[in-house]
Amino acid sequence: MTEPWRSLVVIVGVLAIALLVIMAQVWLERRIIARWQDRRGPNRVGPFGLLQLIADVIKLFTKEDWTPPFADRPVFVLAPAVVMTAGMMSFAVIPFAPTIGIVDLNIGLLFFLAMSSMGVYSVVLGGWASNSKYSLLGGMRAAAQMLSYEVFMGLSLAGVVALAGSFSLRDIVEAQRHGWFIVPQALGFVVFLIAGIAETHRLPFDLPEAESELVAGYHTEYSSMKFGMFFVGEYVGIALVSAMITTLFLGGWLGPWLPPLAWFGIKTFFFMCFFYLMRGSLPRPRYDQLMAYGWKLMLPLAMLNLLVTGAFLAAR
Amino acid sequence: MPIYSALRSLWHVFKHTFRRPITVQYPEERPRIPPRWRGRIILSRDPAGGERCVACYLCSAACPVGCIALQAAEDEHGRRYPAFFRINFSRCIFCGYCEEACPTRAIQLTPDFEMCEYDRQNLVYEKEDLLISGPGKYPDYDFYRVAGVAVGVKDKGAGERELPPVDVRSLLP
Amino acid sequence: MPVIYIDDQPYEVAAHHNLLHACLGLGFDIPYFCWHPALGSVGACRQCAVKVFRDEHDRRGQIVMSCMTPVRDGLRLTIDDPDVRRFRATIIEWLMVNHPHDCPVCDEGGHCHLQDMTVMTGHNYRRHRFAKRTHRNQDLGPHIHHEMNRCIQCYRCVRFYHDYAGGKDLNVFGAHHHVYFGRHESGALESEFAGNLVEVCPTGVFTDKPARRYYARKWDLQSAPSVCGQCGVGCNVLFNERYGKLVRVDNRYHYEINGYFLCDRGRFGHDFVNGEERIRRPLARESRGASLRETSADDALSRATQAVAGRRVIGIGSPRASLEANFALRELVGADSFYLGLSDAEFKSANLSLALLRELPTASLHEIETADAALVLGEDLLTTAPRMALALRQLARRQPTAESIVACPVPEWNDQAVRELVQQQKGSLFSATPGPTKLDEDAAAVYYGELDEIAGLGLAVAAAVDQPSAETDSLATQIATALRNAKRAVIVSGGNEAVMQAAAAVVRALRRAGRDAALCLTQPEGDTLGLAMLGGRALSEVVRDGAECVIVLENDLFARLPEADATAFLERTKTLIVLDHSITRTTARADVVLPAATIAESTGTFVNYEGRAQRCFSAFAPQPDVRESWRWLDALRSSLFWPTFDDVCRAMAQAVPAFAKAPDAAPSAAFRQIGNKIPRQSPRFSGRTAITAQLNVSEPKPPDDPDSPLAFSMEGSREQPPPALIARYWAPGWNSVQALNKFQQEIGGPLRGGDPGVRLIEPEAKP
Repeated sequence: MTEPWRSLVVIVGVLAIALLVIMAQVWLERRIIARWQDRRGPNRVGPFGLLQLIADVIKLFTKEDWTPPFADRPVFVLAPAVVMTAGMMSFAVIPFAPTIGIVDLNIGLLFFLAMSSMGVYSVVLGGWASNSKYSLLGGMRAAAQMLSYEVFMGLSLAGVVALAGSFSLRDIVEAQRHGWFIVPQALGFVVFLIAGIAETHRLPFDLPEAESELVAGYHTEYSSMKFGMFFVGEYVGIALVSAMITTLFLGGWLGPWLPPLAWFGIKTFFFMCFFYLMRGSLPRPRYDQLMAYGWKLMLPLAMLNLLVTGAFLAAR
Repeated sequence: MPIYSALRSLWHVFKHTFRRPITVQYPEERPRIPPRWRGRIILSRDPAGGERCVACYLCSAACPVGCIALQAAEDEHGRRYPAFFRINFSRCIFCGYCEEACPTRAIQLTPDFEMCEYDRQNLVYEKEDLLISGPGKYPDYDFYRVAGVAVGVKDKGAGERELPPVDVRSLLP
Repeated sequence: MPVIYIDDQPYEVAAHHNLLHACLGLGFDIPYFCWHPALGSVGACRQCAVKVFRDEHDRRGQIVMSCMTPVRDGLRLTIDDPDVRRFRATIIEWLMVNHPHDCPVCDEGGHCHLQDMTVMTGHNYRRHRFAKRTHRNQDLGPHIHHEMNRCIQCYRCVRFYHDYAGGKDLNVFGAHHHVYFGRHESGALESEFAGNLVEVCPTGVFTDKPARRYYARKWDLQSAPSVCGQCGVGCNVLFNERYGKLVRVDNRYHYEINGYFLCDRGRFGHDFVNGEERIRRPLARESRGASLRETSADDALSRATQAVAGRRVIGIGSPRASLEANFALRELVGADSFYLGLSDAEFKSANLSLALLRELPTASLHEIETADAALVLGEDLLTTAPRMALALRQLARRQPTAESIVACPVPEWNDQAVRELVQQQKGSLFSATPGPTKLDEDAAAVYYGELDEIAGLGLAVAAAVDQPSAETDSLATQIATALRNAKRAVIVSGGNEAVMQAAAAVVRALRRAGRDAALCLTQPEGDTLGLAMLGGRALSEVVRDGAECVIVLENDLFARLPEADATAFLERTKTLIVLDHSITRTTARADVVLPAATIAESTGTFVNYEGRAQRCFSAFAPQPDVRESWRWLDALRSSLFWPTFDDVCRAMAQAVPAFAKAPDAAPSAAFRQIGNKIPRQSPRFSGRTAITAQLNVSEPKPPDDPDSPLAFSMEGSREQPPPALIARYWAPGWNSVQALNKFQQEIGGPLRGGDPGVRLIEPEAKP
């Protein structure tokens, strides 16, 4: 197979698998959280309720696609597309296995950070274009939250970059052949994990959505597949952050006996489950608490991590 | 910052992975329903077979959603009964206040909850839909035996804990 | 004014009251049974105990019956003391020992004074485990249901029926705990005021029998303030509806008119609202000879409009229709073609009444009760104006009391003592009638004679007033002396012109003598005087005039005209349009019948015998094809001019100077209380999602009411409404009619905000 053809197969394969994983996640999350809450979750449609997600997708597609007359229509339509596109784009740099990956940029990590920054536009624009109080409040919260947490998300990764000596994700994975970065970069790992949750505005940091106070936050006015795109964007985020944690701190595809892709899958799956566990067990903090954690705790921790790593490297 | 508590919560929830779900798989598996379950409302009869409802309007007054309407009427002996008795089950919230308010134990909630309809109109129950042939949960109670009125059930003074009617023309103590 | 200290707080109270009256008036809740503001105190029930202290250092105090304790300056008492609370709870427990377990089947339940007081005292569990005494009931006729087991021996029924209203056939029998309140044998109660037993009885011994047919609890009734149209007195009533049926009629307190009591005609006489004879659909006939058939409102209206268009149309008004309906008819046909629907005698009497009322002052029922002497000329009041007869009886009872109290100071509220003091003395009430009447026994002197003889007596009295002479043997002189000696005298008459003129002569003579005298002229129907004020031609002229098209408004011509005249007139009429609520001989001959709303379903103004304009409000929205008469008549005109009641009322006030003040009789439809309309239903109103569910499970929107500040809803203002809009008497803890205490400025006095209605007639002679 020629190189372009191979690339095309990989691209289509990655996209297809990513979408499948995202859809499966919806089902998986509901089943797993139900289990943790002593329920059964969806179990009526198909075996183990597996076809539930098909039903949900059909439902999402066939719902009335309504744009409120008071909304800013072009922006309103554009916003959900941005979050999904940005998320999917990030998958381009993820090294799934030594030979599987769409592109190996030498600034892969920066590309990821850039793409995740795009996500905030989607949420803010969606909230603003809806022209409704709840949406606007959700959008504003999202802007402040995501911008704040992005700051130390980048900082927390500086240690990893320093240890690996490269921005290329493939190089970072290779650099962990003799020890995963979770050990030297434990602090960085924790900070990145928390920043990742905030970045995907998942529970407990789902203040932009906050259904108990803001109806549905920034996507209150969205329906049908436009809402579906926000929905997909959120699960893309989960998969992406889990994959990034795997790549940056848990040695990516590295592991004994099993094929590299399986190792990558297992590690990613573990973190996705951790995301669900967070949702199933933690209450949402107050908004001021969220901001205080970010600026007064996470930022200093990330700086400290960078300082210690830098000192260690300088001393070596 | 309550990190410890957050981690503990995560652990407690995680432990549930190894518990059996308590969900009852309803249509296949039948739930056990206690006799005082608050389900479909019925009107019962007294031990003698007469309608227990005396149309006192207390159930309708107690109903928080106002889904009970009735009209009092009297038979030739003066015994009160509801000329019509209507419950709009599409509004009913099964709170059981009507049963609590009922002084004659006529209105009772039963353990039957399977009363879905595709058409809301079919959830409007009239007296003939509500009235059962037995005394329901209270087999012995008969309001007119303890009430002071004589409405064909008993003569004056013949009820429970009643003295024979006073002879007004007597001055004996 | 004396100052009393309740729990060391000073309060100013009126000196002539008893302590219970004063405390209730201050807004305190003291349980009571036998006391009634109109009946006074007897101290029979022992329920109103309070603790009185000797001085501010006395901490022990003594328990007294507040209803039997006069107010004095510096009196110290407490209402909420553990001893008195326990005392009152014990009393009610004793009262309840024999009270049956009847509340669910008792018609009083839900507006029962005994229930209220039991809750107020906190007695909630029957400890007495022995048998209850029982009684056999009596059949007291078609109006009152008797259930003697429920009696708590407060004696209110006898005190009202026997003492206050002068009934002979209800009394107390037996002894000790066997006392029995009833008749000597079963039979219909004879008094014209028997219906008040329903409201006077604090529990369910006497209940409203007609209401049992469509019985509904007080909280479920949709009510509106209205006026009784059965005679010209204009007593205030509350119409109470449920499921489209008029369930019961209750007294509506009006200090100047009916006070606490109604006559039976007013209370039980409105059953025509539910009647079989009601016309509920428009009727029309294709041609003369064809039978009347039901039709749509549009069809009936187009037929009527065609008949009216371009022809000379005669309108015949009615004394039982509201002012607005009569005015609408007059506007439709023109003043020249508007005939008052009164018989000849009524026409003359009404016009003379109007002339006399414009000349001489008149008196409200309350003023009659508190006058010092009265002369009835030619009227059997218990037939023509029963409530006025009850007022005159109070004058006869009160006046000797007032004299006796001067000699022996007994408080006027101490009913038993006052009656001991007065014995059989009669007040200065004189009656001259063609035959015996029930008022005779209260009168100091009675005269029977033909109407012209009565007129002669009246003129003789007038002459004797003008020239007092020493001779006292003649009746006229005796009456004249009593009238001259009175501080305020009232002359009551009506019906016959000569007698009315004679009565007016007596009043003029008294006024010439510098006495305060008033003339009260009875009117046969609710709006007779209003019709006379509106003005129009006599009905006898219509027979002579005739017309192609005749509109008859809520009237039966056969009742107003001689049979032959009525038949001949209707024969000549080409098109007869009749607006009425029930079938009459006139509707049977009509070509188009438009179903009119009854007084219970319509908003309107009525003018009573003293010229007081009073507003009635619809208690419930009539059926779709039934409309208020003024609406039908408005629709008959070429275009709609009066979308709402206020428009027609204002138009009338502008067009007829006599009615300039009529819109002030009650607040207009724009009136709001804190932005809300006043609900016709109680907050407890039940079944709103089930009442019409059999027709459609989605509840309909409640009917709009553009005509009044009242709403057909349970939602709205929870504040106490202005007096003309009070739709029910209720206060927290007071579900019975006794809640009225909370609506009065002082108990037994005018309503808060003044009594409703406006007097439209100002006499020339200043009192």
